[in-house]
Amino acid sequence: MTDRTAPHEDWSRPPAATTGPVGWMRKNLFSSWLNTLMTLLAIYVLVTTIPGLFQWAFIDAIWGDNPPEVCKNVPGACWSFIYEKYRFILFGVYPYEDQWRPLVAMIIFLTLIFGSCIKPLWALGKWIFVIWAVGLTVVGMLMWGGFAGLEYVDQSQWGGLPLTLFLATFGAVLSFPLAILLALGRRSDMPAIKAICVVYIELIRGVPLISILFMASVMFPLFLPTGVSIDKLLRAVVGLIMFSAAYGAEIVRGGLQAIPRGQYEAADAMGLTYWQKMGKVILPQALRITIPPMVNGFIGGFKDTSLVLIIGLFDLLYTTRLAFQDLNWRPYYIEGYVFCALIYFSFCFFMSRYSQWLERDLAKGQNY
Amino acid sequence: MMQPIKTIALTFAAVLVAGQAFAGATVDEIKERGAVRCGVSGALAGFALPDSQGVMQGLDADVCRAVAAALLGDATAVEFVPLSAQQRFTALQSGEADLLSRNTTWTLTRDTSLGMDFVGTTFYDGQGFMVPTSLGVSSTSELDGAAICVQSGTTTEKNLTDYFRATGMSFQPVVFEGFEESVTAFVNGRCDAYTTDASGLASIRVSNVSNPDDYMILPEIISKEPLGPAVRNDDSEWFDIVRWTVFAMLNAEEAGITSENIDSFKGSDDPNIARIMGDEPGMGASMGIDDAWAYNIVSQVGNYGEVFERNVGASTPLGFQRGINALWTQGGLMYAPPIR
Amino acid sequence: MTIQYNQSDPEAAKPARAAFYNDPAVRAIFWQVVVVGGALALVGYLVSNALENLARQNIASGFAFLDLPAGFAIGKGMLDYDPSNTYLRAIVIGVLNTIKVAVAGIFFATIIGVLVGIARLSPNWLIARFATVYIESLRNVPLLLQLFFWYALLVEALPVAREAYGPVLGFYLSNRGMNVPLPHDIGFLGLLVGIIIFLIAAIWLYRRNKRIHDATGETPNTLGPTLIMLVVFPFLGWAAGGFPTDFDTPALTGFSFKGGGVVSAEFMALWLGLTLYTATFIAEIVRSGIQSVTKGQWEAAGALGLRRSQILRFVVLPQALRVIIPPTTSQYLNLTKNSSLAIAIGYPDIVSIAGTTLNQTGQAMEGIAIIMAVYLTLSLSISAFMNWYNKKIALVDR
Repeated sequence: MTDRTAPHEDWSRPPAATTGPVGWMRKNLFSSWLNTLMTLLAIYVLVTTIPGLFQWAFIDAIWGDNPPEVCKNVPGACWSFIYEKYRFILFGVYPYEDQWRPLVAMIIFLTLIFGSCIKPLWALGKWIFVIWAVGLTVVGMLMWGGFAGLEYVDQSQWGGLPLTLFLATFGAVLSFPLAILLALGRRSDMPAIKAICVVYIELIRGVPLISILFMASVMFPLFLPTGVSIDKLLRAVVGLIMFSAAYGAEIVRGGLQAIPRGQYEAADAMGLTYWQKMGKVILPQALRITIPPMVNGFIGGFKDTSLVLIIGLFDLLYTTRLAFQDLNWRPYYIEGYVFCALIYFSFCFFMSRYSQWLERDLAKGQNY
Repeated sequence: MMQPIKTIALTFAAVLVAGQAFAGATVDEIKERGAVRCGVSGALAGFALPDSQGVMQGLDADVCRAVAAALLGDATAVEFVPLSAQQRFTALQSGEADLLSRNTTWTLTRDTSLGMDFVGTTFYDGQGFMVPTSLGVSSTSELDGAAICVQSGTTTEKNLTDYFRATGMSFQPVVFEGFEESVTAFVNGRCDAYTTDASGLASIRVSNVSNPDDYMILPEIISKEPLGPAVRNDDSEWFDIVRWTVFAMLNAEEAGITSENIDSFKGSDDPNIARIMGDEPGMGASMGIDDAWAYNIVSQVGNYGEVFERNVGASTPLGFQRGINALWTQGGLMYAPPIR
Repeated sequence: MTIQYNQSDPEAAKPARAAFYNDPAVRAIFWQVVVVGGALALVGYLVSNALENLARQNIASGFAFLDLPAGFAIGKGMLDYDPSNTYLRAIVIGVLNTIKVAVAGIFFATIIGVLVGIARLSPNWLIARFATVYIESLRNVPLLLQLFFWYALLVEALPVAREAYGPVLGFYLSNRGMNVPLPHDIGFLGLLVGIIIFLIAAIWLYRRNKRIHDATGETPNTLGPTLIMLVVFPFLGWAAGGFPTDFDTPALTGFSFKGGGVVSAEFMALWLGLTLYTATFIAEIVRSGIQSVTKGQWEAAGALGLRRSQILRFVVLPQALRVIIPPTTSQYLNLTKNSSLAIAIGYPDIVSIAGTTLNQTGQAMEGIAIIMAVYLTLSLSISAFMNWYNKKIALVDR
C-alpha cells in the first residue's frame, strides 16, 4: 500500500491565480462581469476624488498662525482659521483667561464616561453612582466658580464642547431614573398609571425634539408663578431629559419584556414586594440587556445636543458657526464644519464601536 | 438600587433650582440682581455690537447703560442679552430680559397684544433697500420681479408686500430667521436686494460686507419705523424709569448739558437745570430712585446728542446726519416733556 | 395524612382574608388615586400659573388668531401667499411643505438605503468598503451640521441667478434653486390620467401573473405587456388631451426667472441632508435584516443553482423584509420629525412657521399645540400605514 500522505511530485500547489494577493483580487474584486465593472467604477471614483481631497486638505493647505489675507491666496485648506479660532469653537464665550476650567471639567467628564465603559470597573457597583455624583459636583464647581479665587462665571457664558458634554451627560444620566419609572408604569397593572405613562411616552415620541425644546424655552416661564425665572440652560436640560426619558422608557420596557415570566413569578412566590422584586430581581437583569441600546441612545442624545442652538445656547455647532461669522474668515466655512464634524465623529464612532463590542461581550455565555 | 439614584437626582435638582430668584416687581428684581438685563441685537453696528474687547457698543446699548445709571447709579451694571428678531418678544415676556433695546419698531399690535409697552422713540427711521452696485439699479421703481431678502418676524415683510402691491410690482421674498444668514445670502447673490430699516442697511454696508462701495442704498424710504425701547406692561414703576431716562437725555441736550460740562452746571439758578442736576429734590424720589438720576445718566453716558454722535453720527463709519432725529428746536422730531 | 375539611363547618371552609390595607386591589386603587391626584394637582397648578401669567401680560388665548392677517412673508411655495393672508393659511402652507419634504425624503432614503445596505454585503471588497465609509461617516455626525454644510455648499458653490447653469432641457440650476419647466396646458391632465391608468393596469397584470404562477407554476410574460402599456396608455392620454406641447419654461428676465416652477435651494439642502442621513440608518437595518436570514437559506438556494441576485430577490429579501419593516418604520418617523430642522436653514416648514406665529402673537401654548398636533397626526399616519404593510407581509403559518 502506497503511503498517500508522503509528498509526491505529482502533487501540485494550488494555481497561482487563486492564492495570495492576486487570488484575493480575483475573488473579491473581479469575480464576475458586474463585479469587474463596479470595481473599475469604484477605482475611477477613488482616483478622481482622493488625490484632489488630499491635495486640498494637506499639501496645498496652510497651517499655523496666518492672517486671513494669506489664506486668500492659498488654493488649499486654510487651517489657520482653526488655529485662530479653536479656543472660541471649543469654549465659546467663557472668559479667556479662565478657559483652563472648562478644559479640566471636560477631562473629568471624559474620564467619568470612559471609566464607566471599562468592564472591570463595574465591580464597583453602587459606588459608580457616588463617583459620578462627586465628579459632576466638581465639574459644576469648576465651571461656576465663585470661590477660592475662581471668578464666578454665569452659565449663560458656558459654551462649546463642555456645554455639549454637559447637556448630553445630564440629559442621559438624569433621564435614566425617569425612564425606568415610566417603563415600570407602562407595564403596570394599574390602568390609571399605565394610561398616564403611555400618553406621556407616545406624546413625546411622536413630536420632534425641536418642539420639546421650544416648549421648554418658551412655555416653562409661563407655567411658573410670577417672578420666578428659570435659567435657559436649565430649561434646555429639562427638555432633553423629558425627551430622552421617553425613548429610554421604551428601551427599558424591551429589557423588561425579555426577562422570562418565571423570574417574576418566582419573585412573587417568594413573597417579595413589588419594589423588592423590581429592585433585586428584575431590573438588574433587565438593565444588563438594555445597556447596548442605551449606549446607542446616548450617541443619539449626544448628536441631538446640537439642536440647542435653535434656542440660543452656545453648543459646539453654534460656536463653530459663530466663528466664521467673523467677516474676515467667512469663506472658510468648510474648514470649520470639517473640524466640528471630526470632533462629533470621534465621539460617536468610538461610542458605537464600544457598543458593538459590549453587545458581543455581554452575549458571551448566553446560550442563544 | 433606586435609593442612591433618587437621592442624587433630588440633590441635583435642588442645587440647580436653588439659584433662581424669587422676586416681586421688575425693579426689585433688578436691584437684587444688581444689574439690568438688556435685550439687544448684538449684531448691528452702531446700535449694539461687541467691540474687539467684547464690550457692547451702540446707541441701543448706551440707552441700556443710561437706564442702569438712573436706577442703580452705575452705567456698567448691565447684562447684555443678544436676541434674534424672532426671539426678542418672547425673551421679554419670559423675563429673560427686563428691557428690550433692540431697534424695535413701535407699532400698535406690538404695543397692545404682546404684553409689552413702548417707552418712546430713540431713533426715527424708515425702511429702505440696498442693492449691489453691479445690478445697475438706482431706484426702487426698477425692482420689479426682484428677489428680496428679509428677516422673518420683523415689520419689514408686511411693509414690503404693501409697497410692492401699491406700486403694482411683484417680488419674490427670500425669508431668513437669522440676521447673519440673511446678510450672507444677500452677499452671495441669493437675492437681488436687501430690505430693512435704513439705519440697519447703513450698518450692514459698513461692517458686514467686505467692500462697502460694492453696495448702494436706494433713496426711497417706504415706511415709518420709529425705533424705541420696550418693557413688559406689568410694572409701571419700571416703565416710568425707562421712559424718563430717555426724556432726561433729550432734556439735557436741550439744556446744553453734556458729560463734559455737566459739573459746571452745579448750583445753577435755572430751576430746570437744577431739577436735572438733582439739586432740586423730588424728581427722582417720585420714581423711587435717587434724585441724582439724571446727573448719573448724563455724566456716565452722555446726553442724546453725544450718544447719537458717538455711535451713529457723522464721524462714525455709519455717518448719519441728525435729520429727523434732531431736537425739535433744530427742526427734528425729538421733543421731550419737561422734568418738573 | 390527608387533611379532611369538615364541609359542614362554614367557618373552616372560608379562606383567610387579609387585612383591608393589605388587599392588593385596595392598594392598587389607593396608589392610582394618589398618582392621578398628584398629576392633576400638578397640571392644575401649572395651568393656573399659565393663565395668570397670560392674563397679566394681556396676551390672548384661544385660536381666534388664526383668522388674523399673518403679517410675515414666506418664500415661494405650493400655494399663493402674501403677508395679508391669515395665519391659518400660513400654517397650512407649513404643513404642506413638511409633507412635501417628508415624502420626498422617505422615498429616496428608502431607495438609497436599500442599495447601500445590499452593497455593504457585496462580495466586492471595494464596494463594501465604500458603503461602510459612507454609512459610518454620515451616521456619526449630527444631522444639523450636515444640513448647514449642504446648505452652505449649495448657496456658495452654485452660481448666481444671472449666471445659472443651464438650460438643460429647460432646467436651470443656480444658488436660488433649480428652475423647472412645468406643463402649462390643461390637456396634460390627459397624460396624467393615462399614467395613472398605466399604473393600475400594471399592478393588476403583476398580481394576475403571480396568481397564475402560484396556481400552475407557469410564468406568463410580464415585462413585455408592461412596456407596451407604458407606451400606449400615456400616449392615449396625451392624445386625448389634444397633443399638448406647451411648457411653461423658466426664462431669465430682469432679476430672476419668470415662469416655470422652482425647487428652492433650502428644499434641496434639506432633502439632500435628510435623505443621505436617514439612508445610512436604513442601510444598517437592511444589512442586519439580510444577515438575520440563516446561512442555510443562502446555501440551499445556491445548491438549487440560483445566482446571487436571484437568491436575494426570491429567497433572502422576502424573509429579511419582515425583520426590516418595524425598525424602518421608526426611521421614517425620525425623518419626518427631523424635517423640523428646516427652521435652521430657512425652509418654511410647520415648525418654522408656527414658531414665527407664536413669536408674533405671543400665544406660545397654541403655537406649540399646533406643532405637536401636526406631528402626532403625521406620525400616526405613517405608523398606521406601515403596520398595515407589516401585517400584509407577515409570515402566515401553515
